Amino acid sequence: MAPHELRRPFKRPAISDQQRRRDLALIRQTQQRSDSQNRARRLASSLFDLPSHSFPDACQADFPDNVDVGYAIALEQSPELEASSPTVRHLDFVQASKLKGSAARHWFARQLMLTEWMIDVPPNLDRDWYVFARPAGKRCFVVSSNGSTVSRLRNGSVLHHFPSSLPNGARTKEISAPSHVYCILDCIFHEPDQTYYVIDMVCWRGYSLYDCSAEFRFFWLNSKLSETGACNPPSTYHRYRFSVVPIYDCNRIGLHKAYTGGFAFVKDGLLFYNRHAHYQTGNTPLALVWKDELCSQYVLDTDSEGHVPAEQQVVLELQDDGKLTTSDDPPILFGCLEKEIIQKSSFQAGNFLRFSVIDECVRIVDGKLELGDLKFVGKANRARAFADSYSKVFFQYTARHSPLQFQDLIASLDPNLDENSESNDMEMID
Amino acid sequence: MSLQITQLLLSAQSADGRVRSAAEETLKQFQEQNLPHFLLSLSVELADDLKPPESRRLAGIILKNSLDAKDALRKADLTQQWVNVDASLKVQIKESLLLTLRSPVSEASQTASQVIAKVASIEIPRREWPDLIGRLLANMTQPDTPATLRQATLETLGYVCEEISPQDLEQQEVNAVLTAVVQGMSGVQESYKVRLAAVRSLYNALDFAQTNFENEMERNYIMKIVCETAVSEESEIRQAAFECLVSIASIYYEILGPYMEALFSLTANAVKGDEESVALQAVEFWSSICDMEIQIQDEYDGDDVRSSEGYHNFIQRALSMLVPMLLETLLKQEEDQDQDDSIWNLSMAGGTCLGLVAKTVCDEILPLVMPFVEGNITKPDWRSREAATFAFGSILEGPSIEKLLPMVHAGLDFLLNAMNDQNSQVKDTTAWTLGRIFEILHSSNCEYQVVTPSNLQRIISVLLEGIRDAPNVADKVCGAIYFLAQGYEDAESDSSILTPYLGQIISALLWTTDRTDVSSSKLRSSAYETLNEIVRCSQIPETTNMIAQLLGEIMNRLGRNVELQILCSEEKEKQSDLQASLCGVLQVIIQKLCTSDDTKLIFLQAADQLMALFLRVFACQSSTVHEEAMLAIGAFAYATGQEFVKYLPEFYKYLEMGLQNYEEYQVCSISVGVVGDICRAVDDKILPYCDGIMTNLLKNLSNSMLHRSVKAPLFSCFGDIALAIGENFEKYVPYVMPMLQGAAELCANLDDNDEEMLEYGNQLRRGIFEAYSGILQGFKTSKAELMMPFANHLLQFTEAVFIESNRDDAVTKAAVAVIGDLADTLGPSIKILLKNANFHVNFLGECFSSEDDQLKETALWTQGMIGRVLAS
Repeated sequence: MAPHELRRPFKRPAISDQQRRRDLALIRQTQQRSDSQNRARRLASSLFDLPSHSFPDACQADFPDNVDVGYAIALEQSPELEASSPTVRHLDFVQASKLKGSAARHWFARQLMLTEWMIDVPPNLDRDWYVFARPAGKRCFVVSSNGSTVSRLRNGSVLHHFPSSLPNGARTKEISAPSHVYCILDCIFHEPDQTYYVIDMVCWRGYSLYDCSAEFRFFWLNSKLSETGACNPPSTYHRYRFSVVPIYDCNRIGLHKAYTGGFAFVKDGLLFYNRHAHYQTGNTPLALVWKDELCSQYVLDTDSEGHVPAEQQVVLELQDDGKLTTSDDPPILFGCLEKEIIQKSSFQAGNFLRFSVIDECVRIVDGKLELGDLKFVGKANRARAFADSYSKVFFQYTARHSPLQFQDLIASLDPNLDENSESNDMEMID
Repeated sequence: MSLQITQLLLSAQSADGRVRSAAEETLKQFQEQNLPHFLLSLSVELADDLKPPESRRLAGIILKNSLDAKDALRKADLTQQWVNVDASLKVQIKESLLLTLRSPVSEASQTASQVIAKVASIEIPRREWPDLIGRLLANMTQPDTPATLRQATLETLGYVCEEISPQDLEQQEVNAVLTAVVQGMSGVQESYKVRLAAVRSLYNALDFAQTNFENEMERNYIMKIVCETAVSEESEIRQAAFECLVSIASIYYEILGPYMEALFSLTANAVKGDEESVALQAVEFWSSICDMEIQIQDEYDGDDVRSSEGYHNFIQRALSMLVPMLLETLLKQEEDQDQDDSIWNLSMAGGTCLGLVAKTVCDEILPLVMPFVEGNITKPDWRSREAATFAFGSILEGPSIEKLLPMVHAGLDFLLNAMNDQNSQVKDTTAWTLGRIFEILHSSNCEYQVVTPSNLQRIISVLLEGIRDAPNVADKVCGAIYFLAQGYEDAESDSSILTPYLGQIISALLWTTDRTDVSSSKLRSSAYETLNEIVRCSQIPETTNMIAQLLGEIMNRLGRNVELQILCSEEKEKQSDLQASLCGVLQVIIQKLCTSDDTKLIFLQAADQLMALFLRVFACQSSTVHEEAMLAIGAFAYATGQEFVKYLPEFYKYLEMGLQNYEEYQVCSISVGVVGDICRAVDDKILPYCDGIMTNLLKNLSNSMLHRSVKAPLFSCFGDIALAIGENFEKYVPYVMPMLQGAAELCANLDDNDEEMLEYGNQLRRGIFEAYSGILQGFKTSKAELMMPFANHLLQFTEAVFIESNRDDAVTKAAVAVIGDLADTLGPSIKILLKNANFHVNFLGECFSSEDDQLKETALWTQGMIGRVLAS
């Protein structure tokens, strides 16, 4: 018969540090095992590695939307995402390339490099800039990862979801790229020939080109894209053709070729890229767009019916305090809405409102455009993610009154540089 | 053979080592050549009254060891071995054993009764010895059976009851056993030894008496007999009867109501006047009642337990009499009891019970104890002062902090002064009480502060003085410092009010470790352990310099230690103990320094030297590796990261030695954990060592001698390796996957009624899932298809675990993650499998309603992975 087990001597100090060390070591190992497994999971697709724990309680319901809400909140709260260090941004792209739903919309709406409209000719155009014809169509990001390809419009919404010959862009045996490989291309989708014209390369096979100069990005784009078969005609596992756009040094010949040359696509103006500039999200003065009637059908903005309105129209964002601003960072103030009007209407801060410009009220002071009084037209199309930029408003204004003409561009070139550049202008387009 | 075996059994106990081992070897050969006949001849030897008692005793022991072992797997083997013995031989052996009970040689009959119980433990559950109970009872009912046989029979019944479970006996058998036992207890004509054997059998039979205790008449009868026995003439019988009452208190708590008055006076008398061995059991009775009521309160978890049916409030109802009775015991200290930590006497038992009473009734204990404390604590007699202090220290856990705090504040100064009492026991108990105050009531994040900036300085100076007192007092002071520091562990600010004192505290602790007036190593290891807590709770960066200095000091000490040339085994053990303490401190320091990048540099600068020291520690032992050093290596590997690669060539042999040490399973377990740490530190650079490691892990899994607590970590470790080496894990798949599948099957067949088995099952499940997760993620980029054949099995296993009611949170988390991993890795190829196994919908639903954010996140991720597959 076993005697009743004695109780542990009560007065002994209750420290058993060795067991504590074992326990703590176990806890540490468990935590680290779970961390490293989570790291492995995240490489593919986890959305949950962000510092925020602010998942709403409602996340029981159906998956994508709720995650999106959580993720969108996380995005906005997370200062890292604003940071510009290349590694951070690169990692963000790894995650972002797998995003879905409105989280992805939110993300991609802020990732495109947006050209400013050319109000005046930048200095050293011929030395520091490229020029190329802009295909008419929808500007979008194309992301290939995990065996599929998604294109997203400027506002972040999905245009197409399709298989492609881009690395990891389709689930086929031939494309046996590891799953962490992904690509992000800056494209314009050209309806008439159903082709994605690649105008910039942001990530290729998981490597970020973000902090590379335009010169390198264009070089890489031209040498890599065709290797994949992405430029081939469509097939089962490659629904849309990709194509590069001929890019020219911005000298007299280059400018002429871009301006007057015939291309497979319908032209919508000219794009000017500074060759030293990195890929930068949002508006940048180092990438410019210029249009006139000859190279674009869309010089003047159209209204929702597709007509060019009699008066110039602008879309501005309503701020908390009633101010009406452009999409620039920092925003440019173009007017103010009175409190009474805001109260009477259902407008909220963040709404995009469409106004007519009253020509008589417009002033240009020290090279700066001031619109003066505006006439309210209505709320802007819901798909809008941005107000107009300052440069666009200005460009549209000058286009109606005293447009910057092709001759002005040519005139700005340094005549001495012509000879040297002639030899290498076609270098990158074959 | 009979003569020969007698001689062998005697030689096997010879003082001459060579004779002994030769005999053991021959016995072993017999055993291996023909086990059944070997067992038979042992039983014959045991039964033969003409043989010397020594050979009979050893024969019995070998028999017993051929039937049972502590290790569950070995036990299963032995059981099978016995079952396979020829039936007629088994009958002969069992007859021999029953015959031996009649032997007048008590050594033989007692051994036989134990062997019978072992056979019974195999055969009764299998219904293969149906007449055993009847045969034994016949010994009791037949007239004129000798007292020795009645005694041996009762002992056998007790052992049998201890071995088997209640459902193995028919109720009428139980009735007959209880009748025989109770008759044996109460029979006036029975001898002392028979009655003692009867009470002890009852102790083991109590579990079987469920039905009898439900019947009021039978219950009254049993209780009456037990209570009568508790006042028998012989103290050993009284003690055994009280042990029965202790057991009844926990098994039949709910029916005790009508007997409580009688039991109170019975126990009170025993506590007041009986011999200590009996009085201790009487106190234990009340401790058991407390245990029960605390357990029921825990089950109710805050609901009003007092109004519930199963709660009888025995302690509260007896409180006004119980507490004074217990307080009386506190005054019965022995001289010098403070010199022995493991002492168990009436005052210790009384204090322990008082502590349990406080936990049971909470605030209500205070008005009953505080007058005793106040009335005695200033008395000239040291026993009064010590008892008052002990009473106060005992009741600190239970009452609310609001009620206790004013008392502690009022008494703290007094206690601090009492550290200068002229009596050592008073000081010892005072230091212990201070430790309890800090342990239970002191936390820097608490609304009510026991330790304040205004009294901290005085507390520290009293403690640092006290640590120079007698070793036993110093040991308690270490405990007090440990808990004082722990109170600051979760401090939210980067600055601790303890910091200005840390220098002094650390020097005092180091000084204590060097004391030469101490006979045991206990104080030294307490001081080192306290140092660990000081380091853990210190705030980086304000203590960085101090910790850096401490690191240097501890490394110096370890350096001196490994230089010692020692041959004598006692010294060797001392050296190893000190290494344990020093490696422990180093481990804690490494972890502390690595909590910030700045301080990590301090560690990195010392890393090479540290590793050299650890290797020296390992080299001090030839057969095993030092557990604490191994534990430190885990922290070291984590801290060094990729750099750890350069230490692997030298360290690897010790890692292997640790993995192979299945006998000291803690060492093995820690080594397995270290493999995981290294995997995470160096990733695929571990590849060259993987064959060796995997061989050892697989061997360990198949080793039935290895403690089962290591098995689950072995599986998790597969996951760690797979995640580290990715596609290179392919060659282990044919070995690992069957192991995982086998373990998954084992989980389904574990005994649900056994707490320990439930716990083991959960550990195994988690280990299995972690293995799968690691392998799936490891293969994801290039070898995903290798896992395709296992997808269905994994889903089925996960579903089985989902349905399992005893699944714990960690298992749930691992299970839900593994489904995500499966979907993530195998993608559209398991679309149909996932569609068919739609339990995941409910499983995820369950996870989403959890409070655990981590679990919710994992479930969300998994849902995303599944969604992607289903949408593909």
